[in-house]
Amino acid sequence: MTARWIGAAVAALTALTLTACGGDPDPATPQAAAASGGGTVTGDITVFAAASLTESFKTIGKDFETANPGTKVTFNFAGSSALATQINQGAPADVFASAAPANMKTVTDARGGEGTATTFVKNQLVIAVPKGNPKAVKGLADLTRPGVKVALCAEQVPCGAEAKKALDAAQVKLTPVTLEQDVKGALSKVKLGEVDAALVYRTDAKAAAANVEGVEFPESAGAINEYPIIVLKKAPNKAGAQAFVAYVLSDKGRSALTATGFQAP
Amino acid sequence: MTATATGATPPRRRAGRQRVPVALLAPAGLGLLFLIFPLVGLLVRAPWTTLPQRLTEPGVLTALRLSLQCATLATLLCVAFGVPLAWLLARVEFPGRRLVRALVTVPLVLPPVVGGVALLLVFGRRGLLGEWLDSTFGVTLPFTTTGVVLAEAFVAMPFLIIAVEGALRGADSRYEEAAATLGAGRWTTFTHVTLPLVAPGIAAGAVLCWARALGEFGATITFAGNYPGTTQTMPLAVYLALETDLDAAIVLSLILLTVSVAILAGLRDRWITSP
Repeated sequence: MTARWIGAAVAALTALTLTACGGDPDPATPQAAAASGGGTVTGDITVFAAASLTESFKTIGKDFETANPGTKVTFNFAGSSALATQINQGAPADVFASAAPANMKTVTDARGGEGTATTFVKNQLVIAVPKGNPKAVKGLADLTRPGVKVALCAEQVPCGAEAKKALDAAQVKLTPVTLEQDVKGALSKVKLGEVDAALVYRTDAKAAAANVEGVEFPESAGAINEYPIIVLKKAPNKAGAQAFVAYVLSDKGRSALTATGFQAP
Repeated sequence: MTATATGATPPRRRAGRQRVPVALLAPAGLGLLFLIFPLVGLLVRAPWTTLPQRLTEPGVLTALRLSLQCATLATLLCVAFGVPLAWLLARVEFPGRRLVRALVTVPLVLPPVVGGVALLLVFGRRGLLGEWLDSTFGVTLPFTTTGVVLAEAFVAMPFLIIAVEGALRGADSRYEEAAATLGAGRWTTFTHVTLPLVAPGIAAGAVLCWARALGEFGATITFAGNYPGTTQTMPLAVYLALETDLDAAIVLSLILLTVSVAILAGLRDRWITSP
């Protein structure tokens, strides 16, 4: 437990430092007015984003910086619920991109958001199996076969909640060997060969394509996860935040996201 | 009157107390506050009104029992293997002793999650030893309670070894030499002289080791996974509760804290204070 608290403290400190290093937001404010009139955006933009957005948002961040010289996008990638807690505890972020509407609601309920959140992508579950699919898993029903070890996410985290929906929809009763704390945990158990299958997001399976295959299954249509994004009310660089969100929603942003396996909303 | 009557010796002691330098007292006080404030935070934020019903939730007791069992078993493992290892490091000259001592402390500096991955690479189903264990005995350790004990022992053993080795080095070796001159073999010397001599050190090490094992999170969830009843210990339950329900997480943390502090305080009186 100690480790957890230290972890939380470090995360909070990182969050603080990230924004503390963010330079003075004041110079950006006068230009914010100009930005709304189609002018340029400058300054540091701090984006708190769900861990599953790591690959795609890094690309988007670089593209955004190129398109808007003078800006610097800094990311804090972590589990959506941890990010929501950090934001509600006063971490000075500009943008929040969550992997689930529930975590976004935590922030908007605390009146931390500017306007309403916009769904920018969707993510669907697949069955991750080791390369070559040694147990010949073709659908959810195969996961209940004896000798097939399965890792799921715990129900408390988005991927676990979605997995439960999909399993309920398929009326498959499954006893996993472990309920992982996040989707990467479930995926790493497949990568290491400790389990024969895990329910993960398509994007995660795609990112691990070197040693993992993603098996699509029809019931995942009933368990699609929506990712909302919002500009935060206490954003130190509001103009920058708005420009970044607009970029994520633009065609360029969308194509970077779909390239990593996300679906357009 | 009594104060002045018995005051013959105490004044010196009192004067000694007054001379505590501020340069030491100030950082000591700040250090104490730093350690205590987070605990105060937990207590202030605890949902006292719903506490009774939260305590009786079935999963809580299961996780608590599993935590206590696993930490105790892990400590026993650590004592069984760690005390001889500490003795070897403290008493026997052998080539590469410095290196061995450095290697022993690796789990201390290794992030526990990495420790868990390392354990999987050795004891996992495809691991160096795990594959053989699986094919020969049909034993797989990940996702079992045994796996939890192993993960905790891996992370906690250095605490015991360092404490016991320190005690051995601090112990007066003349007693051992005397025993040897009186004809005792190394084994007899160890069991009849060395062990009783460093018993407080072993107790202190075991307590540290147990406390570390009880709070273990990273290596456990990575190596043994998380499943209620078999591998979900309190720290894992706290972490998952934190995802959805802060109050539940605080309650779980308080239970773990209360139980561990009670046990440690009880042990301390019985075993450790020996002035």
